[in-house]
Amino acid sequence: MEETLKIVVLVKHVPDAQFDRHLTGQGNTVDRDESILSELDEYALEAALQLSEARGGAKAGNEVIALSMGPAGAVNSVKKSLQIGASSGVHLNDDALAGSDAAATSLALAAAIRYLGPVDLVLTGMASTDGETSLVPAQLAERLGLPQVTFASALELNGTTLTARRDGDGRSDTVEASLPALVSVTDQINEPRYPNFKGILAAKKKKITTLALSDIGVDAGQVGAAGSLTAVETAAARPPRTAGTIITDEGDAGIKLVDFLAAQKLL
Amino acid sequence: MAKALVFIDNPGGALKKSSRELLTIARSLGESAVAFNGELHDGVAAAIAAHGATAVYRPSAADLDDYLVAPKAAYLAAAVAASGADTVLLENSSDGKEIAARLGVKLNAGVITDVVGVDADGTAHKSVLAGAYTTTAKARTAVAVLTVKPNSVDVAETPAAGTPETIIVEVPADATATAARITARNERPASGRPELTEARVVVAGGRGVDGDFGPVEELADALGGAVGASRAATDAGWIGHDFQVGQTGKTVSPQLYISVGISGAIQQKAGMQTSKVIVAINKDAESPVFEIADFGIIGDLFKVVPQATEEIKKRKG
Ligand SMILES: Cc1cc2nc3c(=O)[nH]c(=O)nc-3n(C[C@H](O)[C@H](O)[C@H](O)COP(=O)(O)OP(=O)(O)OC[C@H]3O[C@@H](n4cnc5c(N)ncnc54)[C@H](O)[C@@H]3O)c2cc1C
Ligand SMILES: Nc1ncnc2c1ncn2[C@@H]1O[C@H](COP(=O)(O)O)[C@@H](O)[C@H]1O
Repeated sequence: MEETLKIVVLVKHVPDAQFDRHLTGQGNTVDRDESILSELDEYALEAALQLSEARGGAKAGNEVIALSMGPAGAVNSVKKSLQIGASSGVHLNDDALAGSDAAATSLALAAAIRYLGPVDLVLTGMASTDGETSLVPAQLAERLGLPQVTFASALELNGTTLTARRDGDGRSDTVEASLPALVSVTDQINEPRYPNFKGILAAKKKKITTLALSDIGVDAGQVGAAGSLTAVETAAARPPRTAGTIITDEGDAGIKLVDFLAAQKLL
Repeated sequence: MAKALVFIDNPGGALKKSSRELLTIARSLGESAVAFNGELHDGVAAAIAAHGATAVYRPSAADLDDYLVAPKAAYLAAAVAASGADTVLLENSSDGKEIAARLGVKLNAGVITDVVGVDADGTAHKSVLAGAYTTTAKARTAVAVLTVKPNSVDVAETPAAGTPETIIVEVPADATATAARITARNERPASGRPELTEARVVVAGGRGVDGDFGPVEELADALGGAVGASRAATDAGWIGHDFQVGQTGKTVSPQLYISVGISGAIQQKAGMQTSKVIVAINKDAESPVFEIADFGIIGDLFKVVPQATEEIKKRKG
C-alpha cells in the first residue's frame, strides 16, 4: 500500500476576465468585485484530486487542502474548491495583506503552508489570471526549500518520485524530483471537472479554517503595501482598441488586404 | 552611476537579439556586466564587449543545466554580490521569470516582470491586465530585478574602454541540494521562420483553418513572418502548443498580427491585443475579433488568404 498524501492546492480569487478589469485606488490594485476562482487554478485542483484518488481518495486518508489568500470574497473560491472535491479549505484573510506584491504574497502563503504542518505536495496554477507574473510558485519553492517542478504539462507520481513534462521555448524537458515538492501545472495537464450536485451538498459539511496573520506568525509590516518590494507608481488605461475598417469579401478582399498593408508600409 | 548585470543563459553560437536588447538597456543605465551560464564562444564574447560590458561572470560549476531554475538563481545571486550590481536584467521567458523570482527572495529584491522599458532612474514600464493598462513600477529595494520583453528597445552598441575581465563565481555548495533534476531534453526542430515572440509579423490560424495550416504558413512566409495559433488549433493537434498565442500561450506584440479563422476569445486577445496593427479574416461578421481589428475581412479564409499571398508575391516581384 502506498503512503497517503497531504496536498495543499493554492487557489486564487481573481476578477472575472469576461468583464472589463480595472485598477483602482492609491496602490493601483485590481478591483475585485465580480471575482471567481482563477480558471488556471482549476487545473491544479484537478491534478491534486487525481493524485489523491489514485491512492484511494479522502476515504483512504488522503487530504487535498484548498488554500486561498485574499479578502472576504475569496472564501467563495475556497467553497468552490470544496464543491469540486477538495477535502478541506483554508482562507488566509487579513486587512494588512491588501496590496501585497509577489514577494509579500509568497511570504504569507509560505507561512500559511508551514502552519499546516508537513505536506507532501504544494500544487499551484501556472499564473494568476490577474497578476500573470508566475512568480509566486518559484518564490514559494525557494522559501519552503522544496524542489521546484513548474509549468508541468504532464505529471506522474510513483512512490515518492515525481516526473513531469515541462514544455519550454522550443524544447520539452522531463523533470524529476522527490516528495515533498512544489508543482505548478499548465492548462495542458488535464480537463478540470465541474462541481456536481453531490459535491455541492458534500461541501457544506467540509471544514474551512480562517487564518489571520497572527495565526501564522507574520507581522503586518512584512506584507501588504508596506511589505511589498515593488510599488506601482502610475497606471493609465490604454485607449480601448477601436474597430477599424470592416469589409465583406466580394472576390477581391485578398487584394484589398494587400492594398491596406502597402498603405500602412507593412509589406 | 547605476550598475546593471545582465543574465544570459546559454548564449549559444551567436548572441540573440533579445540578449542584445538587455545589454542595450543595461548600458543606458550606466556601467554594465554580464553573468552567463554555459559556453562562451569568441563571437559572443566580442559582441558582449561591443555592448560595453566591463566584466563577464561565469559559474564555477558546469552542471547547472542539469537542474531546473534553482541553482541558476543561486549562481546569479552570487554574481550579483560579486559585481555589486543594483539592477539585474533577465529575459522574460518562463525560465527567466522564475530565476528572477528566486533571486528576488534570496536578495530581498523587488522583481518586476513583463517590462517594456526602463528609465534612467530605474522606473520600469509594463502593460498589465492583458494590455488594458500601462503602468510604471519601481523596486523599493537596494537591488531591482527586471525581466524584459523582446522588441522593447532598439539595439545599440556602446563599447567601453578596454576588454571585459572574466571572473569565475563560486556556485554555492548547496545550490542543487533541493533542485528538481532535468532527466531528458527534447529540442524541437527549428522551423526556419522568425521566433514567434520576436517576429515583426505574425500570421495566426484558428479552428477555422480546419486542420490545414498551409494557407497561413504561405502568407507568413510571403511576409517573412512567424506562424501562430489559437488554443482550439493547438488542442486539435494541427500545430504544436509552442505556437499558441494567448493567456496560456505566448504573448506577442508585432507590428502586424493577422488573425485567420479565429473568433477572438478573451484568452486569445490577452496574447495579441498590444500588436500595432491587427488584421482579421473571419467568415462570421459577429466574431469579437472584429471589435479590435484595424482591418477586418468578412469572408472565407480559403479564398482570401491565398489571394493575398499571390498578390504579395506579385508585388514583391
Ligand atoms: C484557462 C483557459 C486558457 C485559454 N488560453 C487560451 C490561449 O492562450 N489562446 C487561445 O487562443 N485560446 C485560449 N483559450 C481558449 C479560448 O477560450 C477559445 O476557446 C479559443 O481561443 C477559440 O479558438 P478559435 O478562435 O480558433 O476557435 P473558435 O472560437 O471556434 O473560432 C473559429 C472561428 O473561425 C471562423 N471560421 C470558420 N471557418 C472559417 C473559414 N473558412 N473562413 C474564415 N473564418 C472561418 C468562425 O467564424 C469562428 O469565428 C483558453 C481557455 C481557457 C479556459
Ligand atoms: N492570493 C493567492 N492565494 C492563493 N494562491 C495564490 C495567490 N496568489 C498566487 N497564488 C498561486 O500562485 C499561482 C501563480 O500566481 P502568480 O505568481 O500570481 O502568477 C496561482 O495560480 C495560484 O495557484
